[in-house]
Parts: sequence; structure tokens; C-alpha cells
Amino acid sequence: MSESLHTVAAMPTERRPGCPFDPPAELVEARGHGPIVRLTHPGGMPGWLITGYDLVRSVLADPRFSSRKDLLNVVDFEIPPAPPGEFLLMDDPEHSRYRKPLVGKFTVRRMRLLTERIEQVTAECLDAMAAAGSSADLVTAFAKPIPTIVICEILGVPYEDRASFQQQIDAFMGGEVGDEELIAAYTATQEYLARLVAAKRAHPTDDVLSELTDSDLTDEELKGISLILLAAGFDTTANMLALGTYALLRHPEQLAALREDPSLIDGAVEELLRYLSVAKTFMRTALEDVEVGGQLVEAGTTVVLSYNTANRDPERFTDPDVLDVRRPFDGHLAFSHGIHQCLGQQLARIEMRVAFRALLDRFPSLRLDVPAEEVPLRPETADIYGVKSLPVAWDEK
Amino acid sequence: MGLSVDRERCIGAGMCAMTAPAVFDQDPDDGLVVLLDAEPAAADRAAARMAAGVCPSGAIVLRDAPGSGGA
Repeated sequence: MSESLHTVAAMPTERRPGCPFDPPAELVEARGHGPIVRLTHPGGMPGWLITGYDLVRSVLADPRFSSRKDLLNVVDFEIPPAPPGEFLLMDDPEHSRYRKPLVGKFTVRRMRLLTERIEQVTAECLDAMAAAGSSADLVTAFAKPIPTIVICEILGVPYEDRASFQQQIDAFMGGEVGDEELIAAYTATQEYLARLVAAKRAHPTDDVLSELTDSDLTDEELKGISLILLAAGFDTTANMLALGTYALLRHPEQLAALREDPSLIDGAVEELLRYLSVAKTFMRTALEDVEVGGQLVEAGTTVVLSYNTANRDPERFTDPDVLDVRRPFDGHLAFSHGIHQCLGQQLARIEMRVAFRALLDRFPSLRLDVPAEEVPLRPETADIYGVKSLPVAWDEK
Repeated sequence: MGLSVDRERCIGAGMCAMTAPAVFDQDPDDGLVVLLDAEPAAADRAAARMAAGVCPSGAIVLRDAPGSGGA
């Protein structure tokens, strides 16, 4: 089994030029050598890369694999534990202590109740687009404001703070600024959230953050939780909306199907999630020796999981590289799997269903305003795949 | 087909309530799974089966009814 085992040098994350929707070529090639191959981490440590759907899913559900940040064995220096509240990088029971108080705030039912408000926010963005002429950058006019306004309202960020707050989040999530500016943006966001938590504690309002001050969580922990909700809840959805629109515009027959039968939207959102897999790198560290797909992953070794290739696994999906809005939903890993599966997934789904539909309804002649291959992609340093801007145009009525 | 749920394992992802709303819901307070129908009617069985399949924490246990001969 071990003869000439395929090895990948660090985790390739760059998608090929001209193929902004497809997994990086090196990952696809690696998958050709089997669902688990060797990988060397940036610090030179031996690791594994898992590209196949079934194996990725089984590792994510396996408590013998840890999410703890301080156990990551990928760089040649010690990584500190996750700060209080940042439960994505923790294991149970710690993880559960943070997640449990949040779960009831993000149920399917509660998110459905938000639909009307999300429709309003979307309509306002589209009104502003229409009023400004016959072209726009869809990222700044549509993809970013909708999830930002929604998550700010859920958390209870006051309206007057939104603009500066969005700028800070943009800076620390966008992967486009230098280290110094990145640290400054991160620090400013942290400070802002600390003040916000203190304000909610003193004067609770009708929002999730105020409700959470009723739990046994400390201010420091609430700040960490807020940061997770913001980072995960805003940047991912924003990129799905922009990259998703770009993908639909590049697949006119799919766009036409969706316009013709709006009831396809729920499935279309799942298909875009699968097809685009915007979240990049996920890692787990083995707590003991574990056999994965016939290979021995030794205790302390960090494995890298590729949702990109897992969601395009030909053993799992028929014609996986085809975007098909009519594909029946039967699971994908875009929201991960196991105990860390996305808490905000129902919110993300509703935002996408509402926003894509409203956009297509409102602008029947929507088209790219630059040659398709000139749409600028986000830099490789960003955590989430997406476009920097999406110039679009339409016929004025 | 018979169903049971383990609220201790549930992480409230809501996949079940989304996939098979006639069979599962989420508790409005703690967000954890609520089993509405432990013996779903034929029309809901496929959805219930999928809900068990996509549950990220394995909190839904599905077994074929005794004597049904199901594997």
C-alpha cells in the first residue's frame, strides 16, 4: 500500500486562472491518487490530505480527531489555544458549552421568521442599485450589504456603527491588506465588540447578544462568540452571493431554468453551495493512532480536509463538475459535518434563497459588464473563495 | 420504520427540521431536535431517512420496524 505514495507539498488553495469555480488542480490530481494522500505541512511536518467525500465526512464525525487550535501540528512554533468563545477551534465539552446557548437562536423556525426582514433588506439594496443607473459592482451593492445588515441586526450592532464596523471586518477577512493593517483591523473589531458586549450587559435590547448576556458566559467569552458569528456569518454568505451570481451568469442555461421555475431556488442554493465550496481549509489532529482509508494516521498528526474535492467527488455525485440547479439535494459538505457543522446554515440558506431570487426577478437582463475572464478574483490569502468585484449591467426599464 | 433521537448528541444544526419537517422540529428554546413522529407515514419515510443520513452528529437513530424484514 505504501509504495510511491502521492505527496502534496502544503495545501494548494489557488484555483486555476479561468476556472474560479473549480477546485485547485493539485487537489483534483491528488484525488486521482486516492481519497487520502500524504501532505507536508508548511512547517515541514508530515501530514495527510483527505480529498474524498466519504473519508472527509467520517473524519469530521470522528471524536478521535480534534479541532483544537493548540494541537495543530503544522508550523514549527507553538500555537496558543483558541481565545475564550472561539469554539470552532475547541473540542467537546468546551465547544458544546459555547455552542449550546446559541443553538436555539438559529433554528430553522427562527430563521424563517426573519425571511420578511431579509426580503426588505434585499429590496432596499436592489432599489439602490436600480436608482444608480444601469450598472453596478454586485459585491458592494448586493453581496456584502445583505449579510452584513442581517448579522448586525441579529447581534444588535447599532445602525450608526455599521459602516465603520463593516470596513473593519472587510479589512480583516478580505485578505487584501498587509499584516499591520490586518492586525489593526482585528484589534479595532475586538475593541468594538468588547464595547458592544458591555453595552448590551448594561442595557439589553432585543437581539441575540443581549439574550446571551443572560447565560453564564463572561464578557470575554461573548466577545469571542460574536467574532465567530460575524466572521462566519458575513464573509461566507457574501462570497456565496457574489461568486454564485457569477457562476449563474457563466451558465446561462442554468440561469434560464431558475428564472423559468422559481421553485427551483431551494435546490439551486444547495447546488451552488456544493459546486462552489467557498470555504477553503479545514484541519483536524489525530488524538490517537487512527486508520483512515487504509492509512495509519499517527497520534498528533494533522490532516487537511478538502471540501472542494469532496463536494466534487465522482464516487458520490453524478457528473460532479456540472452545475445543475435541478440536482436533487442529498447532502454536501459546504457547511461541514460533525459537531462543528455550521450553526448559521439555516440563516445562510434563507439569505441566499431570498437574495438570488429577488436579484433575478428585479433584473431580467442582468449580465456581466466585463469579459467573463476579467472578473477579478479574491487573492489567495483570503480564507474564502470569491470575487473582489463583480461588474454587472442591465437594461433600464 | 421506527425513529428515535438522542438529544444529548444533537447539536441543533437543523438539518432534520429542514429535510423532513413533518417528522422533526427543533425545540424553540434550546434548538435541539424534537421528534414529531416516531413511526412516519409512507409518504414521509424517504425524507426521514435522508434526515438521518445528513444529521451531522448522528443524533437520529433509524431502525426498520420489527418483522418488516428490512436490512
